[in-house]
Amino acid sequence: MRDHGRETLAVLIGLAFLLALPFLAEAAGKGFYVTLFTRILIFGLAAVSLDLILGYGGMVSFGHAAFVGVGAYAVGILSWHVFDGSPLMTWPVTLEGTENAFVVWPLAMLMGGLFALVIGAISLRTTGISFIMITLAFAQMLFYLAIGLRKYGGEDGIALYNKSQLVPPIDLFDRTTFYYVCLGLLVAFLAVCRRLTRSRFGMAVQGARINERRMKALGFSPYRYKLTAFVISGAGAGLSGALLANAAEFVGPAYMSWQRSGELIVMVVLGGMGTLFGPVAGAAAFLLLEEWLADLTEHWQIILGPILLFVVVFARRGLWGWVAGQGREDR
Amino acid sequence: MLETRDLYKHFGGLVATDHVSLSIREGELHAVIGPNGAGKTTLIAQLAGELRPDGGAILFDGKDVTRTPVQRRAASGLARSFQITSVFPSFSALANVALAVQAHAGHSFRFWRRAAHDAALTGPARDALELVGLGSRAEVPAELLSHGEQRQLEIAMALATRPRMLLLDEPMAGMGPAEGASMVDLLRKLKGRYTILLIEHDMDAVFALADWITVLVHGAVIATGTPEEIRYDAEVRRAYLGEETV
Ligand SMILES: Nc1ncnc2c1ncn2[C@@H]1O[C@H](COP(=O)(O)OP(=O)(O)OP(=O)(O)O)[C@@H](O)[C@H]1O
Ligand SMILES: [Mg+2]
Repeated sequence: MRDHGRETLAVLIGLAFLLALPFLAEAAGKGFYVTLFTRILIFGLAAVSLDLILGYGGMVSFGHAAFVGVGAYAVGILSWHVFDGSPLMTWPVTLEGTENAFVVWPLAMLMGGLFALVIGAISLRTTGISFIMITLAFAQMLFYLAIGLRKYGGEDGIALYNKSQLVPPIDLFDRTTFYYVCLGLLVAFLAVCRRLTRSRFGMAVQGARINERRMKALGFSPYRYKLTAFVISGAGAGLSGALLANAAEFVGPAYMSWQRSGELIVMVVLGGMGTLFGPVAGAAAFLLLEEWLADLTEHWQIILGPILLFVVVFARRGLWGWVAGQGREDR
Repeated sequence: MLETRDLYKHFGGLVATDHVSLSIREGELHAVIGPNGAGKTTLIAQLAGELRPDGGAILFDGKDVTRTPVQRRAASGLARSFQITSVFPSFSALANVALAVQAHAGHSFRFWRRAAHDAALTGPARDALELVGLGSRAEVPAELLSHGEQRQLEIAMALATRPRMLLLDEPMAGMGPAEGASMVDLLRKLKGRYTILLIEHDMDAVFALADWITVLVHGAVIATGTPEEIRYDAEVRRAYLGEETV
């Protein structure tokens, strides 16, 4: 049994730390940590969304960065049209560009979900290595598609002139404000995922991972639950892409590269598959290591490799299993 | 209730199901016996829809289900238990059965309410556990249950889908005598309430429980009849029961 008391404590301590971080960073005169942790929250969100299918659903998607990219481009393209003054489309209806966060962020989720629906509907007909390869192939297609978007900078991507607009006093250009917005969205997404994974739907998805044959013998059609999880996961990734576009004030094809997809998997595995909170820890560990080790050597991943290996071999449920107690999942 | 017509299945050169025609009446407990490798599990797999026959037809409730996928057959009331225990090891016994209840409850697109606190699932699940004698073990993860208890869990899961017919593949496989006896008691309770196809090696149990027995050897039916008829069938004695004193 997982030690629920210990896990709750770990979550509360983590949350308290994240809430206090901007104050701690400013007090220590290291304000850039606010920016770094904003990235951690954003990638944490993407990693949590990946964990939903990877950890809970057992679907090893090697193309998750594509959905992050789709969300980022949704923000980037609409913002570009604001700057350019041209409409996004004129037929069948005229749509102008916008930077309204209440429009573009949900749209980023919608697009992430939509792409996940199409890609998932096809990929989920396969399993195992084929599934890994086909998700990778789709992501590569989107990557090259993005490069082909001449109008939107092609290989160079889009530099955003403005961040998304929330209600007036909230200014995302203020790094602390943006940090807390990202934290709020991450917490909300985690809360939603927590409910999801424990709901009837969540049980069906986990059942399909653990014993698909038995699921069918019980009368379940695993495909539809897996696909739904895939879509929800894509929507979460889309949201993280929207935030990433705002954080970097830039959108480019590199967001969709297979290396990015690989990094997301590393974050999930490092943090602990199927632990929900673990991937946030995984994202933090990954990006902090990158930050600290990159000063030592540009080939910092040489050091990451053994660390990852160590965690995988000695901590079955990753860093989170180590913090919150090893143990059995899904009670 | 369930009927096969000239069912045929081969694996390469090996004929696993050799033109089998069976007819199982509603409410009946129909046992299929036969030596190891006779094709009993292969037969159940075809009935359940996991394996596609190479020839012949399967009728459930008079409807041809030969090409119906396994989950649709299960949903229409054909439940199966596995010879080799097939459960969700990390889930508690209760969660295993609750998932089976959920399967019967229709679609599982409910995203918010916690399944473990959903009385519509846990209520019937507890009843099924109680029935098979696992009432006190509800919270134990399936992987920590004893072998015999896992066999009982198999049955509880099949029952929780509220089936009309049970396909039980050696429910007593690997059980000790005491566990075996309680399984026989359980099967006796289930008899009459469900139509049952029972595969079992324990001849005492089979002859005690079955209304009808079919003997399978090398994939083919060599005899079918009441327990009395089978007991004294010369060919059965020679081909199969031979050494055993029944
Ligand atoms: N998937 C498969 N591929 C090839 N051969 C198979 C396959 N499944 C079963 N067989 C073979 O078909 C024959 C029948 O197997 P089956 O498992 O149905 O026998 P059984 O009557 O259930 O035996 P037991 O009493 O040992 O459970 C065996 O010779 C087995 O080796
Ligand atoms: Mg068998």
